[in-house]
Amino acid sequence: MKTKGKVVGVNGNMVTINVEGRVSMNEVAYISTEGKKLKSEVIRVQGADVQAQVFEITTGIGIGDEVEFSGDMLAVDLGPGLLGSVYDGLQNPLPKLAAEAGAFLERGIYIDALEAEKSWEFKPIAKVGDTVTKADYLGSVKEGIFDHKIMVPFNFFNTYKVKTIVEAGTYKIHDTIAKIEDEDGNVFDITMVFKWPVKRAIDCYAERLKPEEPMVTMVRLIDTFFPVAKGGTYCIPGPFGAGKTVLQQATSRNAAVDIVIIAACGERAGEVVETLKEFPELTDPRTGKSLMDRTVIICNTSSMPVASREASVYTAVTLAEYYRQMGLDVLLLADSTSRWAQAMREMSGRLEEIPGEEAFPAYLESSIAGFYERAGQVRLKNGAIGSVTIGGTVSPAGGNFEEPVTQATLKVVGAFHGLSRERSDARKYPAIHPIDSWSKYEGIIPEQHVGYAYKVLKRGNEVEQMMKVVGEEGTSIDDYVTYMKSEYIDAVYFQQNSFDEVDAAVGVDRQKAMFSLMLDICSATFDFSTKNEARDWFAKLRQLTLDLNSIVWDTSDYKTKQDEIFSYISSKKSSNDEEGQKLIKELEAVK
Amino acid sequence: MKKKIYSKIESIAGNVISVKAEDVKYKELAEVSTAYGRSLAEVIKLDKDLVSLQVFAGGRGISTGDEVRFLGHPMQVSFSDNLLGRIFDGSGMPRDNGPELADNLISIGGPSFNPAMRIIPRNMIRTGIPMIDLFNTLVESQKLPIFSSSGEPYNELLARIALQAEVDMIILGGMGLKYDDYLFFKETLEQGGALSRSIMFIHTASDPVVESLLVPDISLAVAEKFALKGKRVLVLLTDMTNFADAMKEIAITQEQVPSNRGYPGDLYSQLASRYEKAVDIEGAGSITILGVTTMPGDDVTHPIPDNTGYITEGQYYLKGGRIEPFGSLSRLKQQVNDKTRRDHRAVMDGMIKLYASYKEALEKKSMGFSLSDWDMNLLKYGKLFEQNMMDLSVNISLEDALNKGWGILAECFTKEQTGLKSDLIEEFWPKNAR
Repeated sequence: MKTKGKVVGVNGNMVTINVEGRVSMNEVAYISTEGKKLKSEVIRVQGADVQAQVFEITTGIGIGDEVEFSGDMLAVDLGPGLLGSVYDGLQNPLPKLAAEAGAFLERGIYIDALEAEKSWEFKPIAKVGDTVTKADYLGSVKEGIFDHKIMVPFNFFNTYKVKTIVEAGTYKIHDTIAKIEDEDGNVFDITMVFKWPVKRAIDCYAERLKPEEPMVTMVRLIDTFFPVAKGGTYCIPGPFGAGKTVLQQATSRNAAVDIVIIAACGERAGEVVETLKEFPELTDPRTGKSLMDRTVIICNTSSMPVASREASVYTAVTLAEYYRQMGLDVLLLADSTSRWAQAMREMSGRLEEIPGEEAFPAYLESSIAGFYERAGQVRLKNGAIGSVTIGGTVSPAGGNFEEPVTQATLKVVGAFHGLSRERSDARKYPAIHPIDSWSKYEGIIPEQHVGYAYKVLKRGNEVEQMMKVVGEEGTSIDDYVTYMKSEYIDAVYFQQNSFDEVDAAVGVDRQKAMFSLMLDICSATFDFSTKNEARDWFAKLRQLTLDLNSIVWDTSDYKTKQDEIFSYISSKKSSNDEEGQKLIKELEAVK
Repeated sequence: MKKKIYSKIESIAGNVISVKAEDVKYKELAEVSTAYGRSLAEVIKLDKDLVSLQVFAGGRGISTGDEVRFLGHPMQVSFSDNLLGRIFDGSGMPRDNGPELADNLISIGGPSFNPAMRIIPRNMIRTGIPMIDLFNTLVESQKLPIFSSSGEPYNELLARIALQAEVDMIILGGMGLKYDDYLFFKETLEQGGALSRSIMFIHTASDPVVESLLVPDISLAVAEKFALKGKRVLVLLTDMTNFADAMKEIAITQEQVPSNRGYPGDLYSQLASRYEKAVDIEGAGSITILGVTTMPGDDVTHPIPDNTGYITEGQYYLKGGRIEPFGSLSRLKQQVNDKTRRDHRAVMDGMIKLYASYKEALEKKSMGFSLSDWDMNLLKYGKLFEQNMMDLSVNISLEDALNKGWGILAECFTKEQTGLKSDLIEEFWPKNAR
């Protein structure tokens, strides 16, 4: 018997319900209004009154409207068929919703997330008599290029014996593929799909590992200087127009992971459309298949109800954790976490909670930490390794990083890619600030080497600042050359032309080769008699290197250009300092 | 169904009254009859049998014994071709002595467009203003604010766009407009012969503040219906800062916790739900939104322009009576400016780069440094550029603007100095130039 209740108050998207019977926190309830059932979630219980946030427009709800409690927490369907889907924050497939309800998002229509009638080629893994626990593999189906594992549902907390398992063959997701029996003799039917509450982390692994292996994004500035590790977390704060979304889109295309989950959370619908229309057309260079085959899009854009925006990041991370259980590397891109935080703020305001800084709720920090902590590289019980990496953009008010969401995020992430208005105005993309940003992870190039280049860069930056005061005349030629070096690195290594087919995505080997060139320049002593000579010489070098950047890697053209650059450099270079020589040698040795 | 009339108002605070009533729905409309006339009111909160209503005409003069009659439906507006050429106030009542319209009522603030049904924007909207057409092209279904400080001629610009934009119809939503500005819009559209393809929903500064909240929703609801019927609609909203300030006023009277400089925590969502109505509908029409956001204290980090910037697809900066080339950005221009004329992108980039160099030369000049020939050329170029391109009175087609651009370049520079590609120079460089 399901708990029932009646609406006794409405305030914005929060509804107060008088309940007869038991309810649980975060339970899903349906409000019957104008012949529709509107989904909502319990967010506070006070005696017989509970407050629920409604995932739909609340117009028309009246006192006395019937409410039915589902008994379940807000949950998603986990099973084959998730990849390539486009869902809203509550896992409603948006294309199907359009087919059913037309171009507008009519409220109260909920569609199954997974195709019930689709057939899958099932291959058993477990055998009759095997002992299994939650998340153990019973079998697998081919989902695109992946072996999608069919697991013992994660909410099966005991030890079970496999009683029956079907033979290899074609099945639908709701077909029973196995029967398992617990120690008390209760038998359970297992299908290919089960539900899991989004706000509970999936932790069916043996141990969590320290994120150490770099996750290559093909962005030089990230991979070399501010790397992200598989299973790590990073954030991209930046003012509007600094290129957060463009950077995320590039990463979603190029990141060297198995699966990418994009959570478009409270941002422009137009931006999602580009991904929606382009991804099916683009091929993934690693697999030769469409990029959409490895992508799931959770799309709760800014004009969609704010409560489901709050849910959408949890929906996304739950799907990511599910695929991690199959030993896959998953990248979750959340754009933007500030909109998620604002959704929490709106609900907190309606609940009349005591506000914290800028009216964000007091639990803002712990919620943000809780979300990012769901990332991680793990060793599964069968020894396989899987990971969830989380990258979130932050949209700070006024572009000021001192605000609560940026600060709370910086406390918990492993890398910070701060975008700067200054750089984006100067059309220097990606506009990641090379001095302010940081990363705690190990990248594709050893720290010592990066540190050396970074030192030159910082020094060049100081010279630039100084020059603003004393002018070019007051700067020594040595300092001026250092400044030229840092400008050169900025132009040819930090900046990347995302419109250029070749330069848009740079692989690891190429980055290493380029970096060794950077080290050579950094550590070199040049014979220049005047600053003008130095400036002209570097301008030519820059042009040559930019040309190199748009030539396909490992071709004869590339080698010709590279040799041209080498000979051009040796025309003016007198020597390299000792440390630089040592580092270059080491780097060559690694290759 | 005849609804009951309630004649005991429990509380009056600001523009919000409350009555004890039954069978009332959230967002339902009611009519309040006072000694000073009737006003509509909207249900904004239900708490057991206590119903809070926001009175459109404001709380002044309402007595506890006034009558409240619930209408049984949320806010609606009449939709038909009869709207064209008409002027209404914020609650949809005629402002132009014409008849009241009550047929074919539609509700406002409807559900949002399914993102999966959206298409990539593809059509340019020509305005005859070179700073828009050439440098920051306006695209059908785009949402763009005009960021401006209070003294700037933003309404003049909006009126010109209304007259010249190549769209099927114009919907003008005015919020907190000065009465003079209202008359200015009316006269300009009348004289320009554009009134017959326009609909105006005007809230003036002297009208009750609550009514300004309805203006964007009414304008966009009507626009949506016309777009579904295949019309390309341009919605002009001025001034969205007044809209946001009205929201602030009401949030504070309702004792909501303010988030940033007094604005409610849902400012972003509220603005987004309006701007996101901009859409290009496959097989039908489109909605393009051009809004004015005056920046309090000329500060772009103020919550209103800041939140707006995160929502919209670029912005036009109006400064010193001109659309500023730096800072202004149409994020969608790349979708269309490769399909106009071969030299469009190159001229756009090249002329802006040279204008940036002109600014540097200007600085040099004002510092009293000696100027090279190149600097002199730049100074000449900058002056011509400002006169012929940036001046808001310039009214030429994109093609003429491009030709004029080449003319200016040829007048000031040699071919090599422009930094433009040789094949374009070959084709477009004026024949009579040096």
